[in-house]
Amino acid sequence: MVSLNLIAKGAEANLYRGEWFGRNVIFKERISKKYRLPNLDLQLRQQRTAMESKLLSVAKKCGVSTPIIYEIDMKKTTIVMEYIEGDRVKELLANELNEDKKVICRKIGEALGRLHKNGIIHGDPTTSNFIYTHGKVFFVDFGLGVFSDSLEDASVDLHLLKRALESTHFKIAKESFSEICAGYAQIVSSERAKEIFDNVEKIRLRGRYMLRSDI
Amino acid sequence: MPLICLGLEGTAHSFGAGIVTSEGDILANEISTYLPITGGIHPREAAQHHSAVASQVLQSALLKAGISGEELDVIAFSQGPGLGPCLRTTAVVARALSTLFDIPLVGVNHCLAHVEIGRLLTGTKDPITLYVSGGNTIVSAFADKRYRVFGETIDIPIGNALDMFGREAGLQHPGGPKVEVLARKGKKLVELPYIVKGMDLSFSGLVTAAIRKLKEEKEQLEDVCFSLQEYAFSMLVEVTERAIAHTQKKELLLTGGVAQNKRLQEMLGEVAKDQEVAFFTVPKEVAGDNGAMIAWTGILLYKYGKIIDVEKSLVDPKWRLEAVEIPWSME
Repeated sequence: MVSLNLIAKGAEANLYRGEWFGRNVIFKERISKKYRLPNLDLQLRQQRTAMESKLLSVAKKCGVSTPIIYEIDMKKTTIVMEYIEGDRVKELLANELNEDKKVICRKIGEALGRLHKNGIIHGDPTTSNFIYTHGKVFFVDFGLGVFSDSLEDASVDLHLLKRALESTHFKIAKESFSEICAGYAQIVSSERAKEIFDNVEKIRLRGRYMLRSDI
Repeated sequence: MPLICLGLEGTAHSFGAGIVTSEGDILANEISTYLPITGGIHPREAAQHHSAVASQVLQSALLKAGISGEELDVIAFSQGPGLGPCLRTTAVVARALSTLFDIPLVGVNHCLAHVEIGRLLTGTKDPITLYVSGGNTIVSAFADKRYRVFGETIDIPIGNALDMFGREAGLQHPGGPKVEVLARKGKKLVELPYIVKGMDLSFSGLVTAAIRKLKEEKEQLEDVCFSLQEYAFSMLVEVTERAIAHTQKKELLLTGGVAQNKRLQEMLGEVAKDQEVAFFTVPKEVAGDNGAMIAWTGILLYKYGKIIDVEKSLVDPKWRLEAVEIPWSME
């Protein structure tokens, strides 16, 4: 291990770039939060570190691009993982859609479909957590993820992605989501996809408030 | 001459009449709150309360402001979201006044009003807002003409969750403030579910688990209150912190009835320090539902010509915050 450079200070973790046995890596350190009680804080950080590491490697086995995990430190709640050189989809997508970006959206849908097909729920599928590089979409930040085959969990995952598009990519939310759904439906069976899409609508209508266009 | 607006609030248990000028001076802010003898808010009974107290609340607001009905320039009312019967009763009062005095009518989104009164009185310009009350739990921020909702509850709101637990624990409605007092005496952290889904939150399972800890596992009430607050607020604060990191806004505004909770304020204060944002809490007098916030937002909307005809002033119990187009800038 040599020099570490803080490259991002997220809400939950600090990301450092550095070298680890000659490899280009990210040190993801889940930081202690003063607002939480110490025991609740440690429990959450450890649970998420363990779950994220497991989900990242299982996702890779299922054919979804994720960084390679090199080391996990449960005491310091740190993960050492492969550094992915690329662009965050959040900035890449912005608020304009073109053919290239539609392809990226379809790839996101395919990757999410592949996760769900293999019983992995991402838990926080926002465009900040997708990295695009050389024609591939990498999924990162599985800290809120779970293993689940349930219709509800998969639908909530898609619902969250839709919501993220609406709050951040509001001008292209509808179109980009339909591209994502198209990619998704190619991976999971069309029957299952329909079931999930219908349930996404139900979850939305279950919400406290809705747009007139939803009803 | 500044404009004078009467704002009528009546989305849930409170009926309020506020009078505010276009310079932001609150001339009156009268309120009457329906208190159920047992259980929670019954929508029809709350609406009956509103119709019973409306003229009295209205008169005392006018008296306090020292003006007569004819001197009003705008009449604003809470058009939604909220409980249907309460919204309709309040709308009837607003329409009657608008017709009687021939004063323009403005329909105000209740959630928007909570944000705008907070901005007015704390001086925040473009904040991340955490709006927490008995009826709402929303993390929002302004982007491109709308307040975008980054996180919200996918089942019950935080205030409702605390009240529901309070009711099951034999505390009188509203339970939230009583849970807060009891929580101060709690020491043991009882394990409860921590449910954050992306930026969204879920409180219903948490309440069920807390009730079970109290009734079946016989944990001390103080400890369960303490744990319930710690879990629920940690969830809220986590999502808020993520919204700050995501949007890079420089201010944090806490508003709504639950904003008065000292523990929640303390936790958000820590996050604000970490994220280097300025933290503001809405003043106590306008934290809960009130007419002044409706009046102030009514003035803002009126200035941009957002007047509605009485015939088209139907209420909308499920009106989303981001459905409202905001004509003013965040300067």
